[in-house]
Amino acid sequence: MIEVVNLSKHYGDKKAVDGISFKAESGEILGFLGPNGAGKSTTMNILTGYISSTDGKALIDGIDILENPIKAKQKIGYLPEIPPLYVDMTVKEYLCYVYDLKKCKLPRNTHLADICRLVKIENVYNRIIKNLSKGYKQRVGLAQALVGNPPVLILDEPTVGLDPNQIIEIRTLIKKLGRNHTVILSSHILSEVQAVCDRIVVINQGKIVADDTAQNLATSLSSDHRLLVRIDGPKDEVEALIKGISGVEKVIVNTEVEKGVWEYRIEAEENVDIRRELFKRLAQRNWYLLSSRSYELSLEDIFLKLTMGEELSSAEKSKLGNKGGNK
Amino acid sequence: MGAIFRKEMLGYFTSPVGYIFLGVFFAASGFFFYTTSLSAGSTDLSQLFVMLYFALLILVPILTMRSFSEEKKQKTDQGLLTAPVSLGGIVAGKFFSAFVVYLMGISSTVIYALTVSVYAKPDWSVIAGNITGLILLGASFVALGIFISSLTENQMVAAILSMVAILGLYILQVVANYINVEWISTALRSIAFSSRYYTFTNGILDMSNVLFFISAVVVFLFLTVRVLEKKRWD
Repeated sequence: MIEVVNLSKHYGDKKAVDGISFKAESGEILGFLGPNGAGKSTTMNILTGYISSTDGKALIDGIDILENPIKAKQKIGYLPEIPPLYVDMTVKEYLCYVYDLKKCKLPRNTHLADICRLVKIENVYNRIIKNLSKGYKQRVGLAQALVGNPPVLILDEPTVGLDPNQIIEIRTLIKKLGRNHTVILSSHILSEVQAVCDRIVVINQGKIVADDTAQNLATSLSSDHRLLVRIDGPKDEVEALIKGISGVEKVIVNTEVEKGVWEYRIEAEENVDIRRELFKRLAQRNWYLLSSRSYELSLEDIFLKLTMGEELSSAEKSKLGNKGGNK
Repeated sequence: MGAIFRKEMLGYFTSPVGYIFLGVFFAASGFFFYTTSLSAGSTDLSQLFVMLYFALLILVPILTMRSFSEEKKQKTDQGLLTAPVSLGGIVAGKFFSAFVVYLMGISSTVIYALTVSVYAKPDWSVIAGNITGLILLGASFVALGIFISSLTENQMVAAILSMVAILGLYILQVVANYINVEWISTALRSIAFSSRYYTFTNGILDMSNVLFFISAVVVFLFLTVRVLEKKRWD
């Protein structure tokens, strides 16, 4: 449905997007993940024809956005980072305008009513957009993208600035839309894309650093082989003891959280569960395991590792490095 | 184009801009009408039309200043430029909406003509020529103003630059009077909008002047399309 081939965008010497390629099949929700300034919005702006690429191609349903922009744009509903709202209009006036602008053929009143019901803005339909809360404005922005029922939806950080309830609502809505639309959504929040997307493309400094299913990415990031434990016992000896357990790759002593109690970060080999062994050995020495939980490697950690040249553990490499679109 | 035209028209009359334009235009033209025609006891409206150049100098920029600059500032251009519409359609929609509001304003001159006709029979052909000139002059200013507003994000900057440009197009004629070299002064006069316009108010309907203003409209609108297009490539 969407095919991006070797897309680049240069601003002078700066490469905002540097030769990225990916595909989104129809009916797929693709998450575009990356820190601020990674090139997410630039890519989306190219896909929607707002700016043009320096090099490469972007095809929407086989139509090149540069060669046949009007036909390609008809297939896209776009919610930019800042929703393009005319704040002096009422919601109704605005949506009617968008309906006209997109030369929509569907029956107007029922179509707009359906959209309003879907994004839950019926109760503000006759209010002036200026006076709406951020959450409602965002939803009007989403409604605007849905007008004309385009097969492709491109949503740039759709949940930014919303409260937790609204975030959950919008996520549910996007999931629902994903059943009969191809959705590309960008975010810098890992849990968000994990919750919503089928596939995740991680982008940094204009390059794709990972391209994988949400499930694979999730398991690589939250498995039992990383532990955060608090142990009441002499620091150095405890550290030595943990290191002695087979399968442990790395032990980092964090801080003394209470008097005599230290926090340790343990990384074990993949598929090795050291919790029972750890408990047993500590019990033998009469040291106390006060808490133990597995910690997730956050997106930020992955980024630091992927981009700052830090060493990835073997497990992460196999999960992230060799999959799909990594270049 | 239709959608943009309707939206712009709505915008002019849900914000103060349309009312300010019409109100001030009616007041200014009424004042000029009173001083040049009514109180002078003349049925010749040409002086009124001469003065109106200066009313347009202030008022047309107010009409066009928001056109594209506001879209850019509020980031609504992102919705506009990613909609399945051609750039030409967008620019045409913006132009015609401002132009229609402008026509509403200058329609008052018809009332003035009817007013003097109560007292004595005016020269209708001259008045028709004057109004044609005013329509064409306004159209070219509207196109110029829209072009300038596509260059900046700031509507005040757009307004001031447009005023300066319109003033400049008048000053060319004044400068021409001080230049003794024949061909330079002729050249300046032929691109000075005011000297083109004043041939209408002198009662001469010259097709070359009609074509001049129409080409000016086309050129400025074309440049506006180019500016929008260039923005995509930056």
